[in-house]
Amino acid sequence: MGASVLTTATRSPAAPVEESRGSRFTGWAANYVDERTSISGLVKELGRKIFPDHWSFMLGEVALYSFVVILLSGTFLTFFFQASMTSVIYDGSYAPLKGIEMSNAMQSTLDISFDIRGGLLMRQIHHWAALLFIASIGLHMLRIYFTGAFRKPREINWVVGFILFILAMAEGFTGYSLPDDLLSGNGLRIIDGLIKGIPIVGTWISYLLFGSQFPGTDIVPRLFTLHILLLPAILVAALGIHLVLLVINKHTQFAGPGKTNNNVVGVPIMPTFAAKAGGFFFIIFGVIALIASLFTINPIWTYGPYDPSPVSAGTQPDWYIGFADGALRLVPPHLEWLWGPYTFSLNIFLPVVVLGLFIVVVMFYPFLEAWVTGDKREHHIADRPRNAPTRTAIGAAGVTFYAVLWGAASSDLIATHFLISIEGVITTLQILLIVGPIIAYFVTKRICIGLMKKDREIALHGYESGRIVRLPGGEYIEVHEQLDPYERWRLISFEDYQPLMVRPNAKGEITVAQRVRAGLSNWFFEDRIAPVSRTELAAAHGDAHGALEGDAGAHGAIGH
Amino acid sequence: MAKNSSSPVKSRAAGRRSPLASVALIVIGLMSTGGAYALFTSSATADSSVVKTQVVEEGAKLYAANCATCHGLNLEGSGTGPSLLGVGAAATQFQVGTGRMPLAASGPQAPQKPAQFTDAQVNALAAFVASKAPGPAAPTAAQLTASNDPAKGAELFRINCAMCHNVAGAGGALTEGKYAPSLSGVSAKYVWDAMVSGPQNMPVFNDNNISPEDKANIITYLKYLDKTPSVGGYDLGNLGPVSEGLFIWIFGLGTVVGITIWLTAKSN
Repeated sequence: MGASVLTTATRSPAAPVEESRGSRFTGWAANYVDERTSISGLVKELGRKIFPDHWSFMLGEVALYSFVVILLSGTFLTFFFQASMTSVIYDGSYAPLKGIEMSNAMQSTLDISFDIRGGLLMRQIHHWAALLFIASIGLHMLRIYFTGAFRKPREINWVVGFILFILAMAEGFTGYSLPDDLLSGNGLRIIDGLIKGIPIVGTWISYLLFGSQFPGTDIVPRLFTLHILLLPAILVAALGIHLVLLVINKHTQFAGPGKTNNNVVGVPIMPTFAAKAGGFFFIIFGVIALIASLFTINPIWTYGPYDPSPVSAGTQPDWYIGFADGALRLVPPHLEWLWGPYTFSLNIFLPVVVLGLFIVVVMFYPFLEAWVTGDKREHHIADRPRNAPTRTAIGAAGVTFYAVLWGAASSDLIATHFLISIEGVITTLQILLIVGPIIAYFVTKRICIGLMKKDREIALHGYESGRIVRLPGGEYIEVHEQLDPYERWRLISFEDYQPLMVRPNAKGEITVAQRVRAGLSNWFFEDRIAPVSRTELAAAHGDAHGALEGDAGAHGAIGH
Repeated sequence: MAKNSSSPVKSRAAGRRSPLASVALIVIGLMSTGGAYALFTSSATADSSVVKTQVVEEGAKLYAANCATCHGLNLEGSGTGPSLLGVGAAATQFQVGTGRMPLAASGPQAPQKPAQFTDAQVNALAAFVASKAPGPAAPTAAQLTASNDPAKGAELFRINCAMCHNVAGAGGALTEGKYAPSLSGVSAKYVWDAMVSGPQNMPVFNDNNISPEDKANIITYLKYLDKTPSVGGYDLGNLGPVSEGLFIWIFGLGTVVGITIWLTAKSN
């Protein structure tokens, strides 16, 4: 639509006669708008933004579209939800809660579920979309990380994206706490505990947040304000910055024929991509609606209203907070001390600190890597994960660390479903939390280097075809199939890094920072496979194009 | 045996009607009037002594053949099994009726398995165990349906049972490999038996703790959960956010990734 408006508007002076009434109207309308807003420049810039085609480049879009679904369904829910903790007696349709005292928030959520037409579907769409939103953000981040798409000039957008991830988790948690059911109340109790675990000031902050002794009567309205006003406002603003930076930075692409560091090969937004994206939005909406209509999520009527005394078995937060819950389950006991008048509950504070550090390291990883590698160039070609073995290995270690914490959040369900003791599960996960990332690091690095070796071998010698040929002289050789140049380009076009040298600075000194940096750089690039050079390629099959003798020659030259 | 378990109730709740009180009233009614209710009450409380002796003898034989190895010939227990003196008919009915006993193998906890005995044999065993020493009685049909308020039952279930059995009765983990089993599809009488006898790691909920009507309410709620289909669609095992999270990652995100691959593959 936008593009056709644009083209009509610019072309209309050249061919005014042949246009139909409809296109004359659109032309006039576009001109009218453009003269008053100068929007054509923006439309031209946006409309010509190029999207390369790769499935993994659509994960961010999935997050965006699920967010739109969340906004739509959430707006519906606000029409009926009462963010109040006033005590009422339930008298709705659900028999096993009739006559039970609960908060207004819980009652209105039950009414949405049982007495408002379409309400339960909307609730389930909202909740499932939220789970998909954060899951797709997670996968999107993994894609960015493992392809090195966070490198210059996209470091800032990585940070913005990471803030979006944190905001999404905060949105999720505040939303999870709103119905004031037993599960969410237990979740809030844990948050209360985490806050109270902060040395010295924790108790004060807890009273400030809850307005009184936990749970008080203020927390649901406060979380509601955060959930529908403050957090979404920040989230939308950050999302805007994220998308603008995406346009400014252009999209990364995988190496391929015609794809260089200086261009972007793909489809422009207008008109094809926009149409496809619009369709994709409805597909995502459809998938969410299908899941929401077939599968229960958060059946608050089973959990019942919040009451501080009961805690159900299998009480867990939604998946994205699971890693924090897992950290609390894995921390060893007896880490609390009384120093003076203050209690120091390190068994709670320690996980908070460790997770905080983990989050900060992930958030600033692009800057750490840039400093270590000393790479100040712009990168628009996405790495294949194997071609950056150390980064991929660090990523695998991080994923393992997160996954162990995540798994620990369901330690009780692991125990019951695999018929093992919960102590065994906890001890195993405690060990895995430390040892797992180390193993993952080395295994991944070796696998990456192995794959690079294989790539190099294939680029130089081609595939083993399995065809054995006997030469006139009696010698047997196996014919190697050569790659076509397009395929080969994919295998050989990656950048070669060297460890940084320790160099004295302007004053002729070698600083400690320099040494650390050189050490880290050495660790990063010590084990590496150089990409196939032009000369190697020429030597390997300069004379080897398809001919049998050539193959044999190449074979001999490499010394097999 | 029945009198033993009902006597504390009588002394406690003088003004309230309880199923045990009504049973007792019926017994008194029978003793004073006899007549029309004789058949009904005789099956619930008082077997004729001849039949009762026969049943106990039958139970004694079954006991000697199947249980005495571990629990001792006189229920006194041994190194491999606890004493059964005073466990009552409820415990026997629960353990043997659900197949937990006889134990197939030692482990952290006796698992439920297909029952080895018929209901008649289970009742005989229960009568035998109860005849040796007084203990909690198995419920009568009237007791199980004495009250039917699912809301009250649900509230009590959340307060007393959900921490081990999960709010939806889906079960949960305990320490050292033990677990609270799922309660879906468990017969009302076994739920009652478990509450009054406290099998394995479960605490006892006697009549002072949860009144007989409230036990019936809890059973009403569990039956409500069994009978009512999940309103929001398939319940994913009622395991809460863990199964929801697994579902969205495997099936939700799996579907979406499949779609993205399909979309980008078409244009190439």
